[in-house]
Amino acid sequence: MDLTTFLIQTLNGVQYGFLLFLVASGLTLIFGIMGIINLAHGAFYMLGAYIVYWLMGYTDNLLIAVLVGLPIMLAVGYLIERFAISYLYDRDHLYQVLLTYGLILIFNELQKIFWGTDFYSVPVPSVLGGSVTLTETQVYPVYRLFISLICMTIAAGMYVLIGRTRLGMMIRAGASNREMAQVLGINIGRVFAIVFSLGAALAAFAGMVGAPISSVYPGMGDQILIISFVVVVIGGIGSIKGAFVGAMLIGLADTFGQVLLPDFASVVVYAVMALVLLWRPQGLFGKA
Amino acid sequence: MSLKAPVTFFLLIAVAGLAVFPHFSDEFYLEFFTHLMVMGIFAMSLDLLIGYTGLVSFGHAAFFGLAGYLLAIVTPQDEAVALWLSLPVCLGGVALAALVIGWFSVRTAGIYFIMITLAFAQMLFYYFNENEALGGSDGIFIFSKPFVGFGDWQIIDLANPTTVYYFVLASLVACYLLLTVMLRAPFGQVIQAIRANEHRTRALGYDTQRYKLVAFVIAGTMAGFAGYLEAVSTGIVSPGHLHWHNSGLVMMHVILGGMGTLYGPILGAFILGLLHDQVQEVTEHWHLVQGVFVIFVVLFLPRGIAGLVGRLFGRARDLDTEENRVAVDDEHKVGAEPNGERTK
Repeated sequence: MDLTTFLIQTLNGVQYGFLLFLVASGLTLIFGIMGIINLAHGAFYMLGAYIVYWLMGYTDNLLIAVLVGLPIMLAVGYLIERFAISYLYDRDHLYQVLLTYGLILIFNELQKIFWGTDFYSVPVPSVLGGSVTLTETQVYPVYRLFISLICMTIAAGMYVLIGRTRLGMMIRAGASNREMAQVLGINIGRVFAIVFSLGAALAAFAGMVGAPISSVYPGMGDQILIISFVVVVIGGIGSIKGAFVGAMLIGLADTFGQVLLPDFASVVVYAVMALVLLWRPQGLFGKA
Repeated sequence: MSLKAPVTFFLLIAVAGLAVFPHFSDEFYLEFFTHLMVMGIFAMSLDLLIGYTGLVSFGHAAFFGLAGYLLAIVTPQDEAVALWLSLPVCLGGVALAALVIGWFSVRTAGIYFIMITLAFAQMLFYYFNENEALGGSDGIFIFSKPFVGFGDWQIIDLANPTTVYYFVLASLVACYLLLTVMLRAPFGQVIQAIRANEHRTRALGYDTQRYKLVAFVIAGTMAGFAGYLEAVSTGIVSPGHLHWHNSGLVMMHVILGGMGTLYGPILGAFILGLLHDQVQEVTEHWHLVQGVFVIFVVLFLPRGIAGLVGRLFGRARDLDTEENRVAVDDEHKVGAEPNGERTK
């Protein structure tokens, strides 16, 4: 592999890692703070992509589609937390798995009813349609760089939100001791609803900005969900930092796996997971 | 009032009903019921983990599908393979896979265990899904059914649907009895103690990791047996057998029927299967109905049908005690983090 190809694959891996991070960070936050294992998280990713595809039929402008789509997904997340997830806080993980699995079945079927089983594509916005010239023969699309940039901004924003704001303080208080936070006057139910909606919106956002580079298709939520689980397990459940490192590791492992070991591409990420677990069963940044 | 006698009575009636069923059934329902009984074995094997050991495995379909693929691999193109040969090979292969996956998985607990079993199952799924030599995503046919007999003398013919039906029925009863005996034996008592309170069980001097691993291998192997029967009866294996939706489906059977009882999961498999069959006539959106149904069960019927029967007709003593359940929930909260003892 020459240097340019290596560079391109690294950029691809990082960009994929960033998208994974948006999905996995929500998943790990929802578990770490609320103690909920949410299988429907991948469905939010899928819904985001389909909503953008649907809105693009009206506006042709990806930015507007995303800006209209995000509030919709925040509302969807809020409603699901209120009407389903909130009954599960004191229940065994087994029931959380089953109920959110039921949600997946419902979302996947609704997707089929509304949009059918065809593959769709969403055009790359024309402003970002160009490419950067790396060598005489190799170019790199600007849109992918843009995704990495915007995801980086969001990651930084999350860091500030959780570490530096009042809401972040409440979230951390709720995560470390739910009862104590409640006694101190924090409406923990509302904090949970906010966390869950934000997580849903983050996953949906990943689906929205990812739509122009991967097509929009049935089952895309299931696929990202499982990979996000791998990311979360590698990073350590509940750790945002872990989700970031795990996402980058998996993003790069998957990308380079496809180039170097095409026959075993989809097995590589699981092998990475097994190795990490062999070394640290609680994940890289998990608390033992 | 003890529920043991009525349940035994009900089970005997059910077996008798299944035994005479082929005389009244057309071929479609004969094969459909064969499939339901196979799913019953599969669900029972998962219940050994979820309901008795307290291990929520979300990758159980891996073993189900793997056994089918192993059968496809050992069956030559135009010739039957002996049951005496293929069954031990398939089950041995599945047991080995369960040993490896289990070795990684039982070191963790709670949510980690769920995610890791799921991830390993998906790894196998992708392996078979992309393996063109084994039919890729279309799956692979098994043209010749395993041969049951010695030399030229054939004892039973597995190409005949009715014979397969009775073969599967006998297997279902055998698996049920095997698990019943095993759960009464010291080993079974220890794994149930692990479910009730792992810390106490370890304090009593039992190596709980090893017990959990053995339970995982036994459950995986029995799931493999179900997968073997499925492959024999349908003659096709596809990656869908290993897909995590299959793991979710069988988990649904266990919960719907009632975990912690062996008959519950079989009941769950039959009820959900028959419901599917009926709903399919009305609408093509079965998954929508299934999704709503499973949410309903989780919210209103967490102990499943067996739990409902227990509440209606007797005390829950024979199924699961309230203290037991609380203890298990406590264990899960502790277990949300991996076991500290091993990692420190």
